[in-house]
Amino acid sequence: MKHFDAELHVQGKSIFTGDLPEPEGMLHAAVLVSPVAHGRIVSIKAEKALDHPGVHAVLFAKDIPGENQIGNIIMDEQLLAEDIVHFIGEPVAIVVAESPILARQGVKLIDLNIEELPAVTNAREAFKLGNLIAPSRTFSVGDVDSAWASCDVIVKGTAETGGQEHVYLETQCAMAVPAEGDAICIYSSTQGPSFVQKIAARVLGIPIHMVEVNVTRLGGAFGGKEDQATPWAVICALATQHLGKPVKLVLSMREDMIFTGKRHPYSSDFKIGMNKEGKILAWEVNYFQNGGAASDLSTAILERTLFHCTNSYFIPNVKATGYCCKTNIAPNTAFRGFGAPQAMFVLEAAICAASKKTGVKPSVIQETNLLNTGDYFPYGMEYRGDEVRRSWKKVYEMFNVDETRNRIMEFNRNHKFLKKGLSLMPQCFGISFTNTFLNQANALVHVYTDGSIGISTGAIEMGQGVNSKIRQIAASVFSVDVSKTRVETTNTTRSANTSPTAASTGADMNGNATKIACENIRKRLLEVAKELLKSSEDDRIELVEGYVLLNGKRTEISWEKLVNETYIRRVSLSSQAHYATPGIFFDKNTEKGEPFAYHVAGTAVTEVTVDCLRGTYHIDGVDIVHDCGISINPLVDIGQIEGGLLQGIGLVTIEELVYDKGSSRLVSDSMSTYKIPDIYFAPDKVNVEFLEPKDPYVGLSGSKAVGEPPFMYGIGAWFAILDAMKAFDPNTDPGYITPMTPERVLLSLPLTKE
Amino acid sequence: MESMHLTYIYCPYERCEPYMIGFFLNNKKIQSDRSSGTLVLDFIREQTSLTGTKEGCREGDCGACMVLLGRPVKNGIIYNAVNSCLLTLGEIQGCHVVTIEGLNRSDGLTPIQRAFFDRVASQCGFCTPGMIISITGFFLNTAELSMEAGIEALSGNICRCTGYQSIKRAIQDLCEVFSGDELRNTSLPEERVALLVKLHFLPDYFLEVPRNLKDFEPYCLETQQSSLDKGVLVAGGTDLYIQKAEELRYKKLVFLSNRPEMNFIHVKDKHCHIGATVTIEQIRRSDVIRGLIPSLFKTLGLVSSTPIRNRATLGGNIINASPIGDMTIIFLALGASVVLNNGTKQRRVPLEKFFLGYKKLDIKGTEILDSLFFPIPNPGDRFNFEKVAKRRYLDIASVNSAILFREEEGIIREIRISAGGVAPVPMLLRRTCEYLSEKKLHKQVIDKAAEIAAIEVSPISDVRGSAQYKTVLLKQFIYAHLMSKKGLL
Repeated sequence: MKHFDAELHVQGKSIFTGDLPEPEGMLHAAVLVSPVAHGRIVSIKAEKALDHPGVHAVLFAKDIPGENQIGNIIMDEQLLAEDIVHFIGEPVAIVVAESPILARQGVKLIDLNIEELPAVTNAREAFKLGNLIAPSRTFSVGDVDSAWASCDVIVKGTAETGGQEHVYLETQCAMAVPAEGDAICIYSSTQGPSFVQKIAARVLGIPIHMVEVNVTRLGGAFGGKEDQATPWAVICALATQHLGKPVKLVLSMREDMIFTGKRHPYSSDFKIGMNKEGKILAWEVNYFQNGGAASDLSTAILERTLFHCTNSYFIPNVKATGYCCKTNIAPNTAFRGFGAPQAMFVLEAAICAASKKTGVKPSVIQETNLLNTGDYFPYGMEYRGDEVRRSWKKVYEMFNVDETRNRIMEFNRNHKFLKKGLSLMPQCFGISFTNTFLNQANALVHVYTDGSIGISTGAIEMGQGVNSKIRQIAASVFSVDVSKTRVETTNTTRSANTSPTAASTGADMNGNATKIACENIRKRLLEVAKELLKSSEDDRIELVEGYVLLNGKRTEISWEKLVNETYIRRVSLSSQAHYATPGIFFDKNTEKGEPFAYHVAGTAVTEVTVDCLRGTYHIDGVDIVHDCGISINPLVDIGQIEGGLLQGIGLVTIEELVYDKGSSRLVSDSMSTYKIPDIYFAPDKVNVEFLEPKDPYVGLSGSKAVGEPPFMYGIGAWFAILDAMKAFDPNTDPGYITPMTPERVLLSLPLTKE
Repeated sequence: MESMHLTYIYCPYERCEPYMIGFFLNNKKIQSDRSSGTLVLDFIREQTSLTGTKEGCREGDCGACMVLLGRPVKNGIIYNAVNSCLLTLGEIQGCHVVTIEGLNRSDGLTPIQRAFFDRVASQCGFCTPGMIISITGFFLNTAELSMEAGIEALSGNICRCTGYQSIKRAIQDLCEVFSGDELRNTSLPEERVALLVKLHFLPDYFLEVPRNLKDFEPYCLETQQSSLDKGVLVAGGTDLYIQKAEELRYKKLVFLSNRPEMNFIHVKDKHCHIGATVTIEQIRRSDVIRGLIPSLFKTLGLVSSTPIRNRATLGGNIINASPIGDMTIIFLALGASVVLNNGTKQRRVPLEKFFLGYKKLDIKGTEILDSLFFPIPNPGDRFNFEKVAKRRYLDIASVNSAILFREEEGIIREIRISAGGVAPVPMLLRRTCEYLSEKKLHKQVIDKAAEIAAIEVSPISDVRGSAQYKTVLLKQFIYAHLMSKKGLL
């Protein structure tokens, strides 16, 4: 099985939003944004911009006919600032002109006068000032306060995890085209077309059915286009509404990096208590999340941080509290892992700190506390799988971890400055949107009279291969070749009220909806086949490899013939189906429930080499045992694992958001200053081994979601680097801070300490 | 809004009439009325329906906009993968530009496309056309098939989805399927193209291109200095267009990169002379340079990426006056001087005196940088280059440093250490060199030298690192330079 889209990709034939043919009279938008982190707009003068050749309009908040409000969970974000600006990059005005260059020139001609107000840049500072986006939340189980007394070792500390820029290579972009009767069609590079549709209708002051949103595919998203594709699409729609012309907006990479939010930086306080054997008895943690200037998805992300505060471990006494702090940076947003990596890093840091105090190896503490079947999470759900321990055991056996350790010790003895390090990183990730209502999807399947099949779902193809899996599911229900199937664009007129393609649920939910729709049609087809064959009730009729089988024997009725006969008999060849993930619920009052359909677990071993003279490092290899259930498409799944891994490694190593000293002005605002892994930085070797699938088969056709969980394996790189640094100097203490840049490594090593 | 008078290429010497820019784009002849400062990326996306070439970062850091640039030579056409966001129409007169669409064959995927498809080396697909272009460029040039060489061809391509493992598997497949012998036996450009057409790596029309390109005017190559000041001089422009592509789009530009008289590497009177328009990759692959300083081949692999090294010139790098330019730091240590020419008179300035302040050069009036020369190192001289950045490849250094010295019976002689990123200009560490000169090399001497180096510099905190880090890094480089057993010439 392949990633079917890739056949177009390799020939440059795949169409992205920016590649769509431009309609006649196309105009281009550029956005004037706030140059300050916090301030009051004193005056805006746009005369010079309006006089600029090719400029058709300059639009402000006052030009919005509906609500100037793009908030999703909490209504706290304006499309265009009216009075106060809250972050550098907040849209203030839209210039519409005949070319992108002219529009950008127009932006520069607007005279924006802002009186600066004091700005807050980090989460703890905001917390002290009482700037919270929402009330804090606490997940607890057992009794932490009384558990400390029974601990032999208690370690307190802090951990800092930096933010992360998505660096989807296709920047945010959209195009709006006027349609009949004041309707508008939006082509958007978004993970959430229904969300774009809803917000556009709200801002434009028209019913939702007057807005059609169409998405072909995304050039990467990783969460960055779940909520934050919306403003750019709505800006185009607003301009189209005003001018009656098609309007396009493509952010430059630099604009995108400055204007849009990123993964949330967290600052966390932890306290861990263990007995002498390394059994963790108590875990208390406070997460200070830097939400940025508006809520966006921050509260949901913080919720997932709390869900994953114990990662793959069973801890009987837990108290985890999260604070969603409001600051004057671009609103932070979804990014693969959605708050879980931050939680998992803190716990691994605490294990590391406890190991330092007790002398018990981190891997021993890790293994001692891994979840067993039947253990429960702090949110009350039982762990029903066994993959956490099975993957840990298998990684040791398959990849000879003990042998590797010996080899590393030998290497370290023989090298003065080059040191190798190793870490183990288990992860256990809950699958489902934690907001239960989002766990629904729909599909519309048409079988055409020639036997070809068209499928529309709410899923967005952004490289993860969801459309390939959906095609495979449809082909398998009808037992026809995959080439008979096609997944159409994601369009709100065919798939309404859809959830964004996020939370790793895209294939599970949309695939299941597709399966139901296909099964509906198959049922009708089989009825027709029964008629054609004049068969009795006892006869067994099946569709197998393009033919109707009667009692296991191939008949003369081909797939194409059956389809055509069904049409002639005026039986519907189309079906729309809805899927809602069963059995999930969560009570936010008690913070208990069954929020996840299932968990995905696995373990990674990371080996690195650190050059302790220069502070640089190389990721030698990562061995992973991962649970994909019964993989529908192993090549696609391996790609998700390897790709997620490297993004995770990037987060904890070289990907550093740098702000001007003491301000919230981002200086790492381009690909030349914000470095993401390249082909040389990638590990020399990545071995991925699937865990043997075992009942219960929970996801789509027994497969399991794969988008986010593998990201967490990357965290292991941080601890492997620390392990290598310790081989050079056992007392090194770089702090539990990500990313571990070459600068942090070098300045934490003794050679360089004065 | 194109102004008509800028739609032509101007003869830098005003000897011949300006002419419209003509080139082949895939299998189509183009006569463009766009300005010579128009980026090829913008031309492709705005003026053609070819959408496979993607706009990513517009600064040569992602490779999504990669195209093949074919320049006619005596025995065919030499193709290189280049970033179309850093290439202007004025540079491609009479050339063959190939986008991903220009590689597609009507009878199925090329073996490179097939390998990427089979190995699922493409997820979202946005970077993929650029990757296919880069690997095709590799096959058009390489003398050897290896993972290492294949990976080097992708040093300018970023993928955010795959984690690169599947891409490496695709390269591995390609290395195994095709024999190195066939490549070795086709060293002439026309032979290589014929081979790749035969193997279905390229569509058949490639065979016709050399004949078609003969229709175009060559560049005016007459040598006269007087009118070089009539426009903005561009020598590659791989940094210039990052800084001010929009501003330059409608300026009169004078392109130096095609002038053969400025493109040479030779040894004369115990000095090595390099013309200003020699590209970094040319220096890297030059037999002359390899003979003098073998380690430079590997060292220069750390400079930018393969596609940028194919276009960035030595002169451009020096005139750009970055305090952290890798080439400047290397040639400072080698004791190089620049040759300036105002059309009537030549002036030689030692490189260490050429940089007067941040981005300020000792260059007067109509002078242009002609070439650079350095004394050829003695056998037994030690050369070493150190560079640390967040990412080892295609990243600007936090600090870089080079050293050239000789050890005679344990005594340090003729030592030169340069350092970048630690001052407003690329520095020669004079005081450190003075201290080390005539000393016996041992631990205390190195400690002291590192201390002196740290005092001698004045780095600032910026996106590349804190001032403290940069100082510490420089000290570490002093240790690395002097302790290193490598770097022996």
